[in-house]
Amino acid sequence: MASSTPRQAPRRESSLTPAKKKASAGISVPGNQGPRIVRAVTIRKPASELYAFWRKVENLQLVIKEPVSITATSEEESHWVVTAPTGTVEWDSLIINDEPGVLIAWRSREGADVRNAGSVRFAAAPGDEGTEVTVALEYDPPGGKLGVFVAKLAGEDAGTQVYITLKRLKALMEAGEIPTTEGQSVGEPQASAKGKK
Amino acid sequence: MKAAVWMGKKKMEVQEVADPRILNPRDCIVKVTATAICGSDVHLYNGLIPTLEKGDILGHEFMGEVVEVGPAVRKTKVGDRVVVPFTIACGACSHCTRTEWSCCDNTNPNAHIAEALMGYSPAGLFGFSHMSGGYAGGQAQYVRVPFADVGPIKIESDIPDEKVLFLSDIFPTGYMAAENCNIVPGRSVVAVWGCGPVGQFAIRSAFLLGAAKVIAIDSIPERRALAEKAGATAIPSGDDVMETLKAMTGGRGPDAAIDAVGMEAHGSTYDDVKQTLKMETDRPFALRQAMSCVRKAGTLSVPGVYAGFLDKVPFGAVMAKGVTIKTGQTHMQRYLHPLLALVEAKKIDPSCIITHRVPLSEAPEAYAMFNAKTDGCIKVVLDPSR
Repeated sequence: MASSTPRQAPRRESSLTPAKKKASAGISVPGNQGPRIVRAVTIRKPASELYAFWRKVENLQLVIKEPVSITATSEEESHWVVTAPTGTVEWDSLIINDEPGVLIAWRSREGADVRNAGSVRFAAAPGDEGTEVTVALEYDPPGGKLGVFVAKLAGEDAGTQVYITLKRLKALMEAGEIPTTEGQSVGEPQASAKGKK
Repeated sequence: MKAAVWMGKKKMEVQEVADPRILNPRDCIVKVTATAICGSDVHLYNGLIPTLEKGDILGHEFMGEVVEVGPAVRKTKVGDRVVVPFTIACGACSHCTRTEWSCCDNTNPNAHIAEALMGYSPAGLFGFSHMSGGYAGGQAQYVRVPFADVGPIKIESDIPDEKVLFLSDIFPTGYMAAENCNIVPGRSVVAVWGCGPVGQFAIRSAFLLGAAKVIAIDSIPERRALAEKAGATAIPSGDDVMETLKAMTGGRGPDAAIDAVGMEAHGSTYDDVKQTLKMETDRPFALRQAMSCVRKAGTLSVPGVYAGFLDKVPFGAVMAKGVTIKTGQTHMQRYLHPLLALVEAKKIDPSCIITHRVPLSEAPEAYAMFNAKTDGCIKVVLDPSR
């Protein structure tokens, strides 16, 4: 993770200790107070290819299911606009660790609507299984803990979103397309309900 | 176009819906020339499969003519006459490359829903629940078929639709059920619970694979009669099946047991009540009996569809007897070419199970009849042109 604060540290102590505060000053989600998500898929493609896709961050617009706009503003920076359950949220993202074919880590810059930090690792799976792609993400949810709870009820929790993104990445890389039924033939009452949206 | 649409428990409608269109580069559109109602459609009809929604188009046994292909389709051409397997596979994931086609990783857009229930998601299916992808089915005049170069098999000869239609599901499903029995030619005795369409193909496939004897179990006389036509010895279902099987096998019991019944078995009031009260999702009467009746070190093959959680399953008997269990949705693409060859060589005529041919417009009545098993109904084929 991007945070330099040990994850196991008791939160109360770490957030109250001045030294710790200083240590986490540059970190997006201080004191590891946000939810932490780890999700993984195995993809039958070489790590180098998967890394190259991810490193061109605008590609992620192809695999993130929610409406998202990603604009690369420099080699290491990008601007993100995401339509979340609570409205539109924006942040600037900075790549803080970059090991070609192995790892990309990022965090949001100061002023983010949703402060977040995360990493994606690419590691060879056993035999001919391909590459294990593991994402770890930590974030301050809009609406705090209540926001997380409400989002979970609505089926939009971040863990599922990350997982769906990884599944879509896998399908795109392996099968060349992402499975969908959006726009297929459907009977009533669904057809009318979809028309109204 | 016209399509058979599920509108709630025991309620089908034929509706006018929008024609399908290409949604992904590897899709094709098939104009359906023949389609059928499957036993698993009955589970859907009865509202027993979670995540089906009102307005969903059913049907996963269908064939027809390719009328449009997506830009990334290479092999399949407009004008091809094809049978479409009911499991949708990408052909590229590790499961597909190992011919575990029904376990494809990349064809269920709702994989996360299936994973919540089962841990991992199998392949997407036509005309099934949203948990299985929610793909519009083939009891319609047209259907969108993803991965057109991976699923559909082209029929080159002018063999009639009815002889090849069941390559879409039940013939391969019955065949895989028999193959899973590890039949030793000339020695194995196979007992088949359920003489519906899958059971009928399992019986015929067991003989094709060399079974010495096939014992068929069903409560319905005309289904038993059809099983006997294939060479099986048929017995009525009931509590005395175990004793009958022992008497017929010199006390050894059947080497393999096939449960071609699935989640809606009849014969147990206990399960009827529990399923009605939603205290169990499935009525595993046939499965329990098969587990008890199969020989020591035997094989239990389960092509019957189960949806969730089963009650009072005698797993102790399975363990103590060292029974091997083989199950799963059919790895369709393994069987399409070999089984088409068997049909073309006249080793089997799959159309022998058809009892009813009706227009698509009469699908609601046909569902009701097939569900109630009235009028001697074993298999219904729908004509989408009418």
